[in-house]
Amino acid sequence: MPLPPLPDTAVVLGAVVSTWREALERTGEALVASGAATEAYTQAMIDLVDEHGPYIVISPGLAFAHARPGPTVRRDGLAVVTLREPVVFGHPHNDPVSVVLGLAVAEVGAHLESIGEIANTFNDPTVTGRLAAASTPDEVRAILGVPA
Amino acid sequence: MKIVTICGAGIGSSGILKVNAEKALESLGLSAAVVAADVASVRAAADDANVILTSAEFVEAIGDTYAEVIVIRNHFDQGEITAAVDRALGEH
Repeated sequence: MPLPPLPDTAVVLGAVVSTWREALERTGEALVASGAATEAYTQAMIDLVDEHGPYIVISPGLAFAHARPGPTVRRDGLAVVTLREPVVFGHPHNDPVSVVLGLAVAEVGAHLESIGEIANTFNDPTVTGRLAAASTPDEVRAILGVPA
Repeated sequence: MKIVTICGAGIGSSGILKVNAEKALESLGLSAAVVAADVASVRAAADDANVILTSAEFVEAIGDTYAEVIVIRNHFDQGEITAAVDRALGEH
């Protein structure tokens, strides 16, 4: 199974946030709620953007939030947070963001299969918009082809 | 030939670029090693690279290099990535 499961606890639909930082906090909370990561992982995701800028907005409307593998990750996990109102990350081309895909990976190397699956899924340019419009976790899982 | 993909952690967006660069090579009938790395290790990872694929945010940190540095805007746009790889490594 290439992508980690996506339990209901890891899905937040229509989150109300006003900054990119809050969007990443909601995503980190979802990874904590599903048991994939500790709270320190949330801060690590935010730190990466503070350090390097909004590069995690890798395609129009989508932020791919993650940090490095390590002790802040409990097990591989995925989270999806959709935003009621899109927020600006400061990216020159791909703002505003309406969907945050969170990923926690326990160890380097093993994650490449998941990354490949994410690429295969999101190379379809309709996926981000469909996720943004999803109204149930089941819908999100169907779009991504992942189990609960 | 060698392509290095660069991002902040070396696992996320550079991983996406690696996967899609490998697809681009296959569709173009080209062969190259593709390595994902974080920007902190770009010196070691890319000293023998022909091409670096990355986001605009890392161009300054990558600095002087013999490799051709190409900024990818949409990491999921296979057309954009294939065109970049073709421009850099294809026979013209």
